Amino acid sequence: MSEARTWSPPPLIRNPWLRHGLRAAALLYLAAAFSTIHLNPARLAQGLDRGWAFVSAFGHPNIVRHGQEIFEGFIESLTMTAVATAAGVALSLPVGLGAARNLAPGPLYALCRGLIAISRTFPEIIVAILFVKMFGFGPLAGAATLVFATIGFMAKLLAEDIEDIDEGQVEAIRATGAGPFQTLVYAVQPQVIARFIGLSVYRLDINFRESAVIGIVGAGGIGATLDTAFTQYDFETAAAILLTIIGIVMATEYISSLVRERLR
Amino acid sequence: MLTIAGLTKRYGGKNAASGDLALNKVDLTVPNGELIALIGPSGAGKSTLIRCVNRLVEPSAGHIALDGTELTGLGTRALRHARRKMGMIFQDYALVERLTVMENILSGRLGYTSFLASWARRFPPADVTEAFRLLDRVGLTGMEDKRADELSGGQRQRVGICRALIQHPALLLVDEPTASLDPKTSRQIMRLLVEMCRERDLAAIINIHDVALAQQFVPRIVGLRAGEIVFDGPPDALTPETLTAIYGEEDWTATIRAADETDE
Repeated sequence: MSEARTWSPPPLIRNPWLRHGLRAAALLYLAAAFSTIHLNPARLAQGLDRGWAFVSAFGHPNIVRHGQEIFEGFIESLTMTAVATAAGVALSLPVGLGAARNLAPGPLYALCRGLIAISRTFPEIIVAILFVKMFGFGPLAGAATLVFATIGFMAKLLAEDIEDIDEGQVEAIRATGAGPFQTLVYAVQPQVIARFIGLSVYRLDINFRESAVIGIVGAGGIGATLDTAFTQYDFETAAAILLTIIGIVMATEYISSLVRERLR
Repeated sequence: MLTIAGLTKRYGGKNAASGDLALNKVDLTVPNGELIALIGPSGAGKSTLIRCVNRLVEPSAGHIALDGTELTGLGTRALRHARRKMGMIFQDYALVERLTVMENILSGRLGYTSFLASWARRFPPADVTEAFRLLDRVGLTGMEDKRADELSGGQRQRVGICRALIQHPALLLVDEPTASLDPKTSRQIMRLLVEMCRERDLAAIINIHDVALAQQFVPRIVGLRAGEIVFDGPPDALTPETLTAIYGEEDWTATIRAADETDE
């Protein structure tokens, strides 16, 4: 009988000096980072009180006191969301096609990828601040922000889906003597359209959530109403708004998952 | 009649002298209505050869003429017109998976249909009638509204045959039609292909790596090895020696005998 042998998987980093050195450096950094956090128990106790006042407001939310404002805020947010999603999705189509390496010629590809990169680099809140400065307070700035963000999101995912399509199907359609637009409609579109619609619905609920956030910097919608409630320490109204947002987000998410299910 | 003269294809490579030589000065003539089985090992250039004919692959040198029309050097538009005369059938069927059987068949008419009409799926009644006739002929009556990805391999290849034939081609380019099919379905598909070509007096180049299948169904065999034609003759002329010339050293006696038996 041969001697029993042992085996263990090779380490991720082969060089033992580098491996142990990196481990030590990471531990040292964590220790240093924690030492810079100064905990003040008195301030913490005070904050807990205020935090509790906010949390307890969820036990008795008040939707009536500012009912009119809340209603108008939600209508404005929903309008912004719908308009911005429709416009953003429509505009993302040409950008996404141009950003697909297997379809677009070099310069167009670079341009569209650049557009997507710009749109995705800046968080919605920064873009919203910029558009509020440009267009003034209100839902126009908010809608513009959402359109801008939607283009980057949808165009990037569309371009990646197009780059992943089965080229055999494209080749087969080209071999029939089809023109470039016919090839797009017969070989590319069928392969990507179901996911594109699913992503549009998904983007619709992202946009609704974002519309609540960007309202806080003055871009209209329910976020503005929420911001007013917070600055007045009217936690009961704020709680009512937040609960309504949660309800709407859950409803749209449920609907969008149903839609995506049907599109297999 | 298809005439290929001095066809050479190099892949990759910045200039004509570098890169992999896939086809080396191939001369081949296919008279009207003649069926050719192109056999040879993987990488011999079979796929490249038929893709050079409809210029899914751009030839590096040489001439290809179909019924007097020189295909090399045609502009985009003229090439699309020329492609309508060449139907292509693929190894993995290359149907557009998410389109219906009918849409897949009618896509063979794209070269004759305007963009808007094809986008709206408004094909001329004559085309639709012909599509139904072909469906009946290949034994898929009533399947027109099935999605292509619901079909079995044999059924998909039948749709692929319909798509190629509705082009009313002068030549069929067939790339490994049975490679993804079981032996029984392979024989059914080969029989159907050969029958359909005979009915229409249609010429075809059929790439196939199953030697027995080629011998059983096709009256002229062309052997390709490393981009050069090393055999051209009737099935009975295939001997262990010629098979060694095409594929390399191996015990070929069983292969030949299998073909003899199926002939009886």
